[in-house]
Parts: sequence; C-alpha cells; structure tokens
Amino acid sequence: MLTIPCPWCGDRHESEFFCGGAYEKARPARPETLSDEAWVDYVTVSPNPAGPLVERWWHQRGCGLWFFLERDTLTHDIRPLFDGEDHEPR
Amino acid sequence: MRQRYSIFSLARNALGFHRNWQRVWRSPPLRDAYDVVIVGAGGHGLAAAYYLAHNHGVTDVAVLDRGWLGGGNIARNTVTIRSNYLRDESIPFFAKSVELYKGLSRELNYNLMFSQRGMIDVVQTYPRLRDLTRRMLAMDIHGSTYRRISVAEVRRRIPPLTGGGPDARMPIIAAMVHPDAAVARHDAVAWGLARAADSYGVALHQNTPVRSLLRGPHGGISGVETERGTIRANKVAVAVSGHTTTITETAGLRLPLKSYNLSAFVSEPVKPLINVVVNCPDIGVYLSQSDKGELVVGGETDPQQSFRRGIKEAVFEDAAAAMLDLFPSFKRLKLLRQWGGCLDFAHDASPIVSATDIPGLFVSAGWWGGFKAVPVGGLTLAHLIATGRPHPLIEPFSLKRFERLEFILESGTTSTR
Repeated sequence: MLTIPCPWCGDRHESEFFCGGAYEKARPARPETLSDEAWVDYVTVSPNPAGPLVERWWHQRGCGLWFFLERDTLTHDIRPLFDGEDHEPR
Repeated sequence: MRQRYSIFSLARNALGFHRNWQRVWRSPPLRDAYDVVIVGAGGHGLAAAYYLAHNHGVTDVAVLDRGWLGGGNIARNTVTIRSNYLRDESIPFFAKSVELYKGLSRELNYNLMFSQRGMIDVVQTYPRLRDLTRRMLAMDIHGSTYRRISVAEVRRRIPPLTGGGPDARMPIIAAMVHPDAAVARHDAVAWGLARAADSYGVALHQNTPVRSLLRGPHGGISGVETERGTIRANKVAVAVSGHTTTITETAGLRLPLKSYNLSAFVSEPVKPLINVVVNCPDIGVYLSQSDKGELVVGGETDPQQSFRRGIKEAVFEDAAAAMLDLFPSFKRLKLLRQWGGCLDFAHDASPIVSATDIPGLFVSAGWWGGFKAVPVGGLTLAHLIATGRPHPLIEPFSLKRFERLEFILESGTTSTR
C-alpha cells in the first residue's frame, strides 16, 4: 500500500485515490492548429520511464483534489509536486 | 534435433543411468555480427527465432537475453491460453494461436503439457452478462466458441464454487464457457522453442543485456550495444515486454505503450479440485489448478505504471479476498509463492507486431498476457522480419493504426479477461 501525500489532507492510504496517469505536458490550447502527427502523439504516446514519473492523482474518496506528484516506477519513491494555484507541476 | 525424445530414448537413457543425455541447447560464442538479432529470449522472441528458421530458412539469428532463458515474463504468468476476444481482427488471431499450441508439442518434440481444459467465466452483474453475450455473438462469426450456462450447471462443474449465493452481495447470475481455452507448462514452452531453434543453428545468448540500439549513417538500424560488446545486424526485433520503450527510446523511438505490474500467487498443492480455468471478471480474480495440485491465482494489475517485479500487498489482498467471496472453502489454504511481472499495454489494449519508422527495427509488444499468443506472435513476427511484409493475421496490428486512430479496442477483454 502506498502512502500518498494529499496537499489538503496530508498522508493518506492509496486506496482513497485514483491515479490519473502520467503527466508530460499540458493539453494543447488550440488543438486545431496542431499537425495530425503532433495531435496523435499527444493523444496516444505518454512517458513510460523506468524511474521517476510525474503523475496526476485525484483524492477521489477524500477531499476531491487533483494534484501532481512524482513517483518512481522502480522503487515507488514519492515526491510531492504541488503548486496550489496554477495546478501545474513545479 | 540432435537428440529426439521418445519412450525409447527415455528407456535407453534410464539403462545408461541418465548419464548420456545431451545438453538441450548449445551456448555458442558471441559473434560480432548476425543477419537478425532478437532482443529478449522469452516466449515471443524464441518463437520468432524458431519460425524464422523453420518457416523461412533464416538461421543466422542471435537471441539475446539479459538474464537466463525463460526467466522473464514467460516464467511470470498464469499459463492461460484463450481466444475470447471481441474484435474482428483479434478473434482469428488468437484462435490461430490456440490452434498452433495444439500441434506444438508434436512439432517441437517437447511435451508442453498442453491441456485444453476450457475456461468458465463466472458472471455476477448484468452489464457483464450483456458484454459477454456480445463477445459470444462476435466469436460465433469467427468460429471461436463461447456459450452461456446456468448457475446450476456452473456449480456442478466447479464444486468448490459455493459462494455467490442468492443472499450474497454479488450473486452469481450466469456463466460463460470457452471450451478452446487451455493451459500449458510455461517453462516447457520456452525450453521447447529454444531447443528447436537451437537445432536449426540459432544462437541463444543468455546474460547478454542490451544497452542500446545502434543506428547507421542513413538512420536504419545497424546493431545493438550489449554489455558483452557491439553486435552488428541489419534487422533487430525487440520482444522484451514491459521494457520495450526502455530499449526503443535508446534509438529515439517513442511508442504508445505503458508498463504495468501484474501479479499472481500459488497455494500449497491439494488434490484435484478444479478441472477448468475459472475467471471471475466482476470481482477481479481468476484461478486454475496446476498439474502439481497448486491453485494458481491471478488478480488485477497494480493500477499505476510500474516496472517492478514484486507483488503489492494491496493488490494481493484484493485478489485473495475476492477469491474467498466465491470459494469460501479456500480460506484455510496456505499460499506458497507469489510473483509479479512487468508487462506493457498499448493505448488501445491490442498487441503491436510491426515494423517501425527506423528501417530494420521491428517490435512485438503490448501483449499484456502474452503467453496465450506465443506461437502466433512468433509466427507473424518471423514473417515480418523475413519478408518485410506483415503476415495477413497481424496486418491490422501495426503501429500505423495509431497514426490513423484506427484502434482495435480490447480494453476489458485483454485486461480483465
């Protein structure tokens, strides 16, 4: 069981959370201006490192906050990455 | 085959006190160039090497593995072979795999302990029943069998299934039978394919981790850099399951794959109790009984991306609790071993067997539970490597499908069986 640091509630059990998946870059502001290749790449390809990975997590069964953290896919080491205002990782 | 196995070879070697058995495969010295290099001596890599030699006469092939042969995901699965898929592209592909498996023991002269015992899906919710009925109708079109049986019939066929009664939180409402489903001995699949490939002259190199892929001056693949030196080859196939992106990214190729950890565990051996593969998709657990009598139990995946090979306590606990809901008598079974594998999952949950943007580089990935597809995955990858064109069965599964967003959506049929 992982202990997930929720920015609002503090350390809570993993079972309260939903992992929203890897985060690499913000959704393009104007998708219609992208080339097809760039859009397909944004939609289908996400980072898959054997090591630290930035993820979005949702405290679904808690305060409902979406936030960022960095988790190592080999060791499960977790580092909080929350910047309350703009909801982008630091 | 230097040494064929039969009742006579067994008797002859018994009389010789088993001192004259030959090595099952050679360990040739590593050369610095091959026609084809296959990265990963797991099920798919070995099957591709075997079919390259057997069907296409390509024998200057090296299969490299970072560990020992058959020590990766081919040793870390729950040995289920099935073809109950949903899409028109998937069903014939996986049905072909079951068909190849049937003849493989004889073809390889190696007992794979293939046992076509069938699989029963225990249904506990109406949305699931509707979904499986849809799969039944899709499979009917392609001649793969799936049919519905009553609750009384499923309890007759699986005597220890005593939970899930009318008063349970999730009562059993029906079951589906997939008679084509089977199990086979995972080690035997790896060893049998390795032995057959070796007999054609394929070089198997264990403990040879690949650090990176090398590209030539025109961008095409020119070989691989290993911890034992550089190996030149104009054709390189990557069949390394969860570590596909780790390898391909060394050549600058990003793929729509994510790696996850899937785990399983076995109980102590007990007398014959269950003679089918039992899958309970609504509560997320499946099990079968091995020839040794152990119950082999698998659960859901770890929900986040992971390259770990362990088993996470929360996942393990969920699977065990789910199993006890339906099989309360298993409460006193002791669990002996547990394991996890790192496997990869494509964006649409279907496999990828494809050439890539890098000339000479082929990938076989996204198998999720790849054990069921070992023969057909190898057959089609070998065809692609040897001829440069995709095998008709695998044509829809190329990387091109992502460019056109022509997904073969199998989430739900791949992951939760």
